[in-house]
Amino acid sequence: MKSLILRTTTRPIIVVLLLISIFLLLRGHDLPGGGFIGGLVAAAAAALYAIAFGADAAARLLRVRPELLVGWGMAATVVAGLLGMLAGREFLTGLWWVIAVGDQELKLSTPLLFDVGVYLVVVGVILRFVLSLEER
Amino acid sequence: MSALLVAPVVWPLATAAILVLLQGRLPIQRTLSTASAAVQLALAAVLLARVATQGILVVQFGGWDAPFGISFVADHLSAVMVLVNGIMGTAVAVYALRDLDADRERLGYHPMFHVLLAGVNGAFLTGDLFNLYVWFELLLIASFVLLTLGNRREQLEGGIKYVAANLVASMLLLTGIGLLYGATGTLNMADLALKLPLVPDGLATTLAMIFLVAFGIKAAIFPLFFWLPASYHTPPVAISALFGGMLTKVGVYALLRGFTLLFVADVALTHGLLAWIAGITMVVGVLGAAAQTEFRKILSFHIVSQIGYMVMGLAFFTPLGLGGAVFYMVHNIFAKANLFLIAGIARWYAGSFELKKLGGLYRHRPLLAVLFVIAAFSLAGFPPLSGFWAKLVVIRAGFEVQAWPLVAVSLSVGLLTLYSMTKIWLAAFWSPAPAGVELRAGPAPALLYAPVVALALLTLAMGFASAPFFALAERIGAELTDPTGYVRAVLGEAAAAAFVAQGGAR
Amino acid sequence: MEAYLAVVVGAVFAGGFYLVMQRNLLRFVFGLILLSSGVNLLVFTAGGISRGAPPIIPEGASVPVGEVANALPQALILTAIVIGFGLTVFAMVLLLRVYERLGTLRTDRLTAHLDDPQPVAGLPDDEAPA
Repeated sequence: MKSLILRTTTRPIIVVLLLISIFLLLRGHDLPGGGFIGGLVAAAAAALYAIAFGADAAARLLRVRPELLVGWGMAATVVAGLLGMLAGREFLTGLWWVIAVGDQELKLSTPLLFDVGVYLVVVGVILRFVLSLEER
Repeated sequence: MSALLVAPVVWPLATAAILVLLQGRLPIQRTLSTASAAVQLALAAVLLARVATQGILVVQFGGWDAPFGISFVADHLSAVMVLVNGIMGTAVAVYALRDLDADRERLGYHPMFHVLLAGVNGAFLTGDLFNLYVWFELLLIASFVLLTLGNRREQLEGGIKYVAANLVASMLLLTGIGLLYGATGTLNMADLALKLPLVPDGLATTLAMIFLVAFGIKAAIFPLFFWLPASYHTPPVAISALFGGMLTKVGVYALLRGFTLLFVADVALTHGLLAWIAGITMVVGVLGAAAQTEFRKILSFHIVSQIGYMVMGLAFFTPLGLGGAVFYMVHNIFAKANLFLIAGIARWYAGSFELKKLGGLYRHRPLLAVLFVIAAFSLAGFPPLSGFWAKLVVIRAGFEVQAWPLVAVSLSVGLLTLYSMTKIWLAAFWSPAPAGVELRAGPAPALLYAPVVALALLTLAMGFASAPFFALAERIGAELTDPTGYVRAVLGEAAAAAFVAQGGAR
Repeated sequence: MEAYLAVVVGAVFAGGFYLVMQRNLLRFVFGLILLSSGVNLLVFTAGGISRGAPPIIPEGASVPVGEVANALPQALILTAIVIGFGLTVFAMVLLLRVYERLGTLRTDRLTAHLDDPQPVAGLPDDEAPA
């Protein structure tokens, strides 16, 4: 779509959307949010870019093919499940590591890894569809 | 132990993830895909051996105990089905090496194939009704993609019917799950077996009917089967074979599980209805096949017909009937998938699936003709092939409960099945090739033959050395008839005692 | 509260089934979307409704204090929404392909162009059988 208004506003909006998507991803464990919702917001940003500048431009901006995102995402979720088993617990058991960074603590966990995987899968799948629909 | 039970799902999913990352590198994808299917087969064999020695295995995901977490349960039925899926997966993966075109492979055949296997295994192993829904959806999405991969016009035309019917079935399944949760407050299948008897009978029967329709669409029973013959003949042969052999049987498995473990409040009504459905499904399927003249369409209608035999065993609701249904299902998966694969080889020689354009294959390729005879006459129930024993057990179960009309129907349907198989035999193998059809000089690639020979050997083994298969079927029949062991394995001794006290043990 | 929601569920289902039975495939998919919303609402209602009591365990306690909402139906619905979303997207893409290659979305005309030598939308013809 060749609309100057859309193209001009798209760039700042995308930055905000991507930041929100990461924010949603990270707060998802205890609060509303999570990998799926974050992934949807990120995919919405990419879809907006594809609508404003065309599918080719969006694919160039993304650099990797959406299928690869899906693959890495699936791999991340499987690994998140297996880590629990490697620690001698049942499959998908959550493991937590708390790292002190200054006076804050950084919580890393297998549920977070799982959510990142979901995030990547959602972004990849939706982009696959959006790009194939925008290409025509 | 936990690893072994999760492996049939995690292994193919991990394979799919790696295959996606290898997209575009066909030689590596092919090798990895086939090797992974073989490993999955080995894992399934170990799982069955472990279940046979140690009894029912259970794993609780994330360490959350049942009924709060999601359980995976492997009893004999689940383990056998996972093993059969492993065999089919390997056979089809090998066959696809020569059958599938590079275009479809580039479009993502390999990862989707493994997602499908994971979905099927998950559906067999899960002990949670909502989780069953999730696995159903996973295998559905994968099957949608595989069915329409390549976007040929008849694929799209068949695919849209397949998608529409199955999406409606999923909605109904979820509706049933929601209402069931509202009525009992649990979705763990063992816990449901314990709590469903407390639900008023009318409500329980209504729920049973919703699940009957939802599972029935997926299993393709009368009158919900129309999508199957409309779509199963459209994709490449390898995919057809996997669908025709394996996918509808997931629906049958769900019926078997649901109507032995959960919906047994009013057996006279529910299983009486199943008996009617079984009879009509058999007849309608076989009559539909008689009217067809395309190799794979005939086979597709026969899938429907033979689902009827499995439902018949379930309807009798005796150890013999249930064991017979499972024996029939396993025999049917091998024989049916093999016939699809043979249809593919026949097409390799003669260039068509239309019986009118086929012929002379017996003179041209005697070995192929022998392989066809083994699978086709097993399907028609010729002694001493596997189909004969399968039918014998189911019909003997019918004698036991004195269901004469159904026994009579199933015997006459057997004759009509023979008619269809003879029709294919006469048109494609016995009669000379029609004018203008040049049979391709062979032999067809060994990779196409190898899985066909392997499946034929399995059919022969189930026929000539049927004792161990019978023993297994008997054990499954006993386990399904009396689910106390299932409840004990998932929920523990106290729950099992409560289950027995309720009169759940039969 | 449950009674009102039950009526809403019934209305949404009725609309969904009406659309599902239409001849146009696009309406069929809209019907499915409506049905899946109806089912989600049904699961939500069947799970029991309680207001203003999130199932969060307070600091220092190990079990929830007092009556709290049932979190499980919401988890189920969230899963169902995700699955329904994926299925809907796939169905839409499939419809687009069907429209391109078969030239119609009417169920009674799907087979009309199946045997035409030339595809409808001017795309390259189907590959010949291998």
